Order: sequence, then C-alpha cells, then structure tokens
Amino acid sequence: MLLQHHHWLPVFMIAWCIFLVPGCENNPPANPHVKIDANKTSVLRFAVTTSTQDSGLLDMLVPLFEQSHACRVDVIAVGSGAALKKGESGDVDVVLVHAPAAEDAFMKAGHGIRHEPLMHNYFLIAGPVEDLAGIRGKDLVVALKTIAEGSHRFISRGDGSGTHQRECDLWQKAGGRPPWDDYIESGQGQGKTMMMADEMNAYVLCDQATWLKQSDKYRLVPLLTGTDKLHNPYAVMVVDPSKHPSLNVKLAHSFVDFLISVETQILIADYQINGHTLFHPDRLSEESTK
Amino acid sequence: MIRDGIIDALKLLGRLDTSVIDAALRSLWISTLAVTAASLAGVAIGLLLARKPVPGRAVLVVLFRIGMSVPTVLIGLLCYAILSRRGPFGQYELLYTTWAIVIGEFFLALPIVTTWTHGAIMRLDPRVSETAYTLGARPIQRTLTYLNEARLAIVLAVLTAFARCFTELGIAMMVGGNIRGRTRTLTTATALETAQGEFARGMAMSFVLLLLAMGVTLVIAWFSRSGQESAS
Repeated sequence: MLLQHHHWLPVFMIAWCIFLVPGCENNPPANPHVKIDANKTSVLRFAVTTSTQDSGLLDMLVPLFEQSHACRVDVIAVGSGAALKKGESGDVDVVLVHAPAAEDAFMKAGHGIRHEPLMHNYFLIAGPVEDLAGIRGKDLVVALKTIAEGSHRFISRGDGSGTHQRECDLWQKAGGRPPWDDYIESGQGQGKTMMMADEMNAYVLCDQATWLKQSDKYRLVPLLTGTDKLHNPYAVMVVDPSKHPSLNVKLAHSFVDFLISVETQILIADYQINGHTLFHPDRLSEESTK
Repeated sequence: MIRDGIIDALKLLGRLDTSVIDAALRSLWISTLAVTAASLAGVAIGLLLARKPVPGRAVLVVLFRIGMSVPTVLIGLLCYAILSRRGPFGQYELLYTTWAIVIGEFFLALPIVTTWTHGAIMRLDPRVSETAYTLGARPIQRTLTYLNEARLAIVLAVLTAFARCFTELGIAMMVGGNIRGRTRTLTTATALETAQGEFARGMAMSFVLLLLAMGVTLVIAWFSRSGQESAS
C-alpha cells in the first residue's frame, strides 16, 4: 500500500504544477517594480559611497526619481575607490563619491563626462572619552602628530575609500605618518571600522553622516571637527558612454539634474536623523535666494 | 578577467608576495588549530553519544546535526556578542585577535566532526563490540578498536571540517576584523580586494586559497590511503 502511495506522488506533483503555473501568469504583479521590469523600462546603475547609502538619504530620494521617470535605480554601495573603478569599467552609469583628488583623476583620464558638486559635511576624529593623547580642541595637524608620537591606537580604513584617501592626505599634511604598532588597518567599511575602534578604544577618522547615524551605539566621543581641513565634499559624475555604449547616458543626465535641482537640494538640506542635519547641499545658495 | 586573475596569482606566488604569504600562513594555522581542537573534542563527544547512555542523547545528536548547517555569520555574531567588551568574556580582550577566529571556527568544525564520528560508530558492525567484549578488551582498548574501525569516516570528517574552516569568511571578518598583518586571512583579504575593485588581485588571492585547500586535501587523502593499505 505504501509503495503505491509513493508511485502516485510524482503524478500529483506534476498535476499540481500544471494547475499552478497558469494561475501565476494571471496574477497581476503586486510590486510596481516588477511591472517596470516586464516592460523593459530602463535601469540606472548608481554606485555610491557606503556613507551615503548608510545615511538613508537615498532611500528617500531614489524612489522619487523612479516614480517621476518610470525607471528603476539600482544602488550599489561601495567605497569611493571601488565606485570609481566601477565607473571606469562601465559597470555603472552614475557615481557619487567623496574623494576630490581621485575625482579629478577620473575626469582627467576621460572616464567621466560630467562632474557636479552635490553636497558636503565634515569629517571628525573620534576617540575614547579619556583622550589619552589629549587632542581635544587641538589643531588637526598637531593632533595627528600627537597620536603618532605617543603611539596611541588609531584605526584606519585602509581600503582606498574616500575617508581613507582623506586620512592619507591628512597624514601628509602632518608631515608623513611614522609607522607604529597600534596603527591598525581594518580594510572594512566605516560602520564596522567604528565598531572596531569602539571595542579597541582607538582614535578614528569618520564622516559626519555615519557618525550621526550610529554614534548612540558607541562609547567613543567626537574630539575634533568642523575645521576646513576636515571638509568633506560629495560629488556626482556621469560615466563617459563613448567607451561603453550600453550605458544609459540620457537617464544618467536626468538623474544628475534631479539631484542638483532646487527641490532635491531642499530635501537634502531638510534630511535629519535624531535632529541632526547630515548633509549640506552645495547648489542651493545661489538658486534659492530669490 | 579570469585569465588576468590566474596570471596575477602565479606572479604573486612566484615572487612570494609577503602579504599573500602572511595571510596564507595565518589562514593555515588558524584553521589547523581550530580543527585539531574540534577533532579531539568532536571525536570524544561522538564516541560518548554513540556508546554511552548519555541523558538526552537523541536531542544532542539532533542538535549537533543542526549545528552543521548554522551559517558562519551567525557563529560570527554569537562569538562577537560573547567576546565583545560588553560581553561575558570581554575582559580577556580576545575580540579582533586570531584567537577569536580560532574559537569561532572551533564551533564551526565541532558539529561536523561530532556528527560524522557518531554516525560512523553507530554504523559499525555490532560484531566489532561483541568480539571486543568476548576477547576481554578493556574499555580503552574497545574505544581504540571502534576508532580504528571508523577511522576513514573520521578522517573524512576532519577533512570536511578543515575545508569549511579554511575557506570560511563570515567568522574571520566579524571577530577577526581583517586587520592588516594581524588578523587578515586569505578570505578576508579576497573580500577586501574585491571591495576595492581590485578583481585580479582578489581572484589571485582566491586561487592561492584554492591551491592550498586542494594541497591539504591531497596530502591528507594520501596519508589516509597509505595508512589504510598498511593496515590491511
């Protein structure tokens, strides 16, 4: 008897599938994105720095653009270095990064056809409350020198991201970085690097957006911020389509137009987490002062 | 890209790139240590579960079997919670050291060795234990007999556990922290190269990983084969 049951099982399963499959086709897609996919509406691939993605700002802006342009935006969050590499190899249409020197090189090498400043905030140096190096309120260059000379624990991203590039830049301004044992390279994103710094009671360079979003989880405190040397500009670039004809350059331009439009810039200015403004728009001053 | 990766891998190996050698040696000794410890514990637990009326034995066997499919990120997360400064073992400052990875991988390997050992001993011909009893073997001799009869399955279990630990990323990244020159392993180095868009170097790293994993497997397989031939 049991054997017979097993014998019939595949037949039931096939019958089940035959009944189910037409049913699936008749179901209207519940998600609007699915419908867009089916109609082969264009897709924009957008590489952004992890700090922007983690801030949640794009979760607010991107759906607005998707709705107004009936398209889909695939957001790929990586470090600035990797984002530019993806642009270079034509894997994305638009990149949003915060690495001015690398951006210049990208444009000069002809990988991009449009470069627009978008917004800015500041980097900050966070560290343990005890601040054994005593950098609180000091000049940035002096502070870095003090950390290095005292061999205090410092965690670097070490991953070629915008924040890491800025850190290298700052060390250069401080007269180069001497090697010391407690200079630690995490090779990970900002969030994880902050967790490590918190666990290891270390000094760390962090962008303001990541800090404001996550600082309530840390025991670290901000020690230095707000100076010109810690200015953190974000820019958006359209990748050159001449080398990669499959790029969606028209949609890419519309997207950049959308990001620097007055409406979007006001949204960026108003975007807050825990009562703190994360980004200051760069394109508002001249246009909105009517 | 794949061809570039292979060429880069050979170049990196050819000039004994220090960062690759460093990561490779670290990967090797971490997983060797973790698997050795897990094998000793796992074989002992497997034997106990198979031969002694441990209370709740059936439940334990099922738990270990489930343990084989616990994702490494979950093991990593649990180890993080335990080793973090705010965790119960925070005072030992083990987080972001290679010891943390060893501990995590121990828990990855333990269920594999335990389950396979238990299964192999359970499947032994009942005549093995009967014969041992009738010949008046002492408990320790009986245990050695069981292990000897099940050795092939146990060697395979250890191999599987080693392969899992050696190629594992989640635990090494979470509790090791991918610190350059300290806790960076071949897998976390690969993840870093890929995140930086250095695909060729990333691929080179994973080829080194693959080569080493294959090498270790072959060596152990060869040992166990020659061991079997000499025994028969």
